Amino acid sequence: MLRFILQKLALIVPTIIGITIASFAFIRLLPGDPILAMAGQHGVTPERYEILKEQFGYNLPIWQQYFNYVGGILQGNFGISLATKRPVIDEFLTLFPATVELALFAMLIAVALGIPAGIFAAIKRGSWFDQITMGVALTGYSMPIFWWGLLLIIFFSGYLGWTPVSGRIALNFFFPRITGFMLIDSLLAGKPDGFISALRHLILPAIVLGTIPLAVIARQTRSAMLEVLGEDYVRTARAKGLDPNRVVGVHAFRNALIPVVTTIGLQIGLLMAGAILTETIFSWPGIGKWMIDSISKRDYVSVQSGLLLIALIVMAVNLIVDILYAVINPRIRVQ
Amino acid sequence: MHLMKTLLAATALVAVMGGSVYAKQLVFCSEASPAHFDPGPTTGGNDFDASSRTIYDRLVEFEHGGTAVQPGLAESWEVSADGLEYTFKLRPGVKFHTTSYFTPTRELNADDVIFSLERQWKEDNPWNKYLEGISWDYFQGMDMPKFLKSIEKVDDLTVKITLNEPNAPMLANLGMDFASIVSKEYADQLAASGNLADFSNKPVGTGAFVFVDYQTDAVIRYQAFADYWRGKVAIDDLIFAITTDPAVRAQKLKAGECDIMSYPAPADIEGLKADTNLQVMEQEGLNIGYMSYNTTVAPMDNVNVRKALSMAINKQALVDAVYQGAGQAAKNLIPPTMWSYDDKIVDTAYDPEGAKKLLADAGVSGLTLDLWAMPVSRPYNPNAQRAAEMIQADWAAVGVTANIVTYEWTEYRERGKQKDRPGAFQIGWTGDNGDPDNFFATLFSCSAIGVSNYSSWCNDDFEKVIQDAKKVSDPAERTALYTKAQEIFKAEEPALTMAHSKVFMPMNKRVLGYTMDPLGIHRFDNVDVTE
Repeated sequence: MLRFILQKLALIVPTIIGITIASFAFIRLLPGDPILAMAGQHGVTPERYEILKEQFGYNLPIWQQYFNYVGGILQGNFGISLATKRPVIDEFLTLFPATVELALFAMLIAVALGIPAGIFAAIKRGSWFDQITMGVALTGYSMPIFWWGLLLIIFFSGYLGWTPVSGRIALNFFFPRITGFMLIDSLLAGKPDGFISALRHLILPAIVLGTIPLAVIARQTRSAMLEVLGEDYVRTARAKGLDPNRVVGVHAFRNALIPVVTTIGLQIGLLMAGAILTETIFSWPGIGKWMIDSISKRDYVSVQSGLLLIALIVMAVNLIVDILYAVINPRIRVQ
Repeated sequence: MHLMKTLLAATALVAVMGGSVYAKQLVFCSEASPAHFDPGPTTGGNDFDASSRTIYDRLVEFEHGGTAVQPGLAESWEVSADGLEYTFKLRPGVKFHTTSYFTPTRELNADDVIFSLERQWKEDNPWNKYLEGISWDYFQGMDMPKFLKSIEKVDDLTVKITLNEPNAPMLANLGMDFASIVSKEYADQLAASGNLADFSNKPVGTGAFVFVDYQTDAVIRYQAFADYWRGKVAIDDLIFAITTDPAVRAQKLKAGECDIMSYPAPADIEGLKADTNLQVMEQEGLNIGYMSYNTTVAPMDNVNVRKALSMAINKQALVDAVYQGAGQAAKNLIPPTMWSYDDKIVDTAYDPEGAKKLLADAGVSGLTLDLWAMPVSRPYNPNAQRAAEMIQADWAAVGVTANIVTYEWTEYRERGKQKDRPGAFQIGWTGDNGDPDNFFATLFSCSAIGVSNYSSWCNDDFEKVIQDAKKVSDPAERTALYTKAQEIFKAEEPALTMAHSKVFMPMNKRVLGYTMDPLGIHRFDNVDVTE
């Protein structure tokens, strides 16, 4: 098992190097100049432009800028945001809990609805339930997030008034940040009604963010279940006259779970991408919205370090999933 | 230990907030997060709304809803006869905010004023580089280093600013956000404890609102300053709910989650007006959308060709289509809300036949030129691509072929300001300080060529008039000079003045006394709310 984990870790190193290069190159490939973007409508004189360029180190050869960047990261220095002048890592850690809270909730919705839907669709293969579920899943998978979010806001918040339009909690709740997780902080502050308010604020963005993973999980569960239900041992179990619920729930489902768990792990990357749009619509103060703002401000430092941090997190989650996978299915370890 | 501290702070905070349950609260749905709360080195309107217009005051202030300069922290001032010395008498008894992180021991004095400007000016001032990568863009952009000779303390409540050359707009400059007066005592305290960066995120000012808390990218909280020198404002709590998407801001306003919002999307305005709980205020913005002809490149070096190109354009149709009812056709460079606006100017009329004749007389036929379209939407020109297509069609009708050109926004401006850039370039300007000089000299003086004079236009008569207007401080004299400048501008047509946009401000009917500001600032110091 240890050897398996070490092997996986060794594979991660070149990936990380690749990501530092990609994140460094990405923002520089975009047109636009960070110094001019900062200067606003007055612009800067050519002399001042040169001074500022030197101040930010943009006068150095590109490879040297890259090595300075990597050198900083190795020392735990992710740079200072060009826009807010605060350390990027501070900004990231401030905003990250909001994204995690949203992503976890979205995942909860996706798993809680997606797996049962997939199982039932597989059992009732070809039935109207199967057809409708898979039709809805396909629609959900193709839904433009921005449009979907606005639609839900207009209907549930605007027309019905059931949910708040945006934000993380009603403005009359004001308590200090302890964990950064609004659900936890509200309880720590002794405000159960704050907890309810935070929960109400989570519903719409979590549905929007969870829609695509929900569709993917439902479809994956269905096809995995179908495959397993066709196996000899399932037929044997049925032939032995076992309780059909036990056949599906234990014999089939546990084996079908393996590809589903992998899929869930892979969804983390998608969730991060989806968070960018979801957070922008719902004014959710997380790292997705922060990345968009940083890109539009040409905040090179925030974008390159933000991308790297997000990539590291996605990789870490995938590593954990790989390990879990090996725990569920010992054959993986040997391979 | 850390958790313990946080919990204690929590208890204290809850105690503070507990007292204000029945307070008058105003929620503003703002459009973007502030970079931080020091107005000196920031440049965005959203930065200023959150810092200079809530927390800080300046020596002089712009009147509510106008651009005239009024006393602020300076109760009076004198300008020497040669226009070189400005002596400001500070208001006595002005208090700085007391916050959880700072308790002032003294009132505002000359040291604060000198510190506020010198930190931006003198590179040897320890605060000049107090944040990594800091730059004082407005201080530089308004050419303050060029004009300032010295700032001296005459006595505790008197400050004398000496200039290198007369510059009448200086007074208006001192009313701008970057010139906000900060506390030297607070700065010294932070310097002593080594926490310089706190100056930008734990602000202390003399303004109407005291900073309470900022949840990054989400909510900014302020409380009314009980000891404000003008007297405590009507509302008790001011909250900025940061909401980037304009359609979502509109939904929040409708749902009662905020009381007032900035920058509605044009498409939402009708719906907001139809809501019986809401009112929508509107005003012409202090801005101009225009199209610069490069006057140094043939055949646009010929004034008749420039005139012909402008005559060929159906300006009213253009404004109707591009601004969607949120614009007013512009005949002058400065908007009607600005002093010295000359309403007697007759705009170049739409006349395709006349345009053809002028072009033929100038010996120009089969003209092909670049027509630049901004890639972004700005208040002064919400849809430059659409404008370009309409102009292209109008020009085609008089035999002029236009190639539409566009680049990424910063790249666009960089290429546009090149002295020999070909073609007609769409751009615009939003006024900084309500002084006509901020339009005429910034955009069309000879020294602005290669910087922000996109027409590369250097006209001796015009230059003399606008430079003279800097040197005199009498408003009547200055008005006469700027009237002359508007005449020369129209006769020479270095640019097509397209439109001044209208700005809309939707709010709940419970909001009372809100005044729209031509400078695009959102101020809440004179606002009240009904219970």
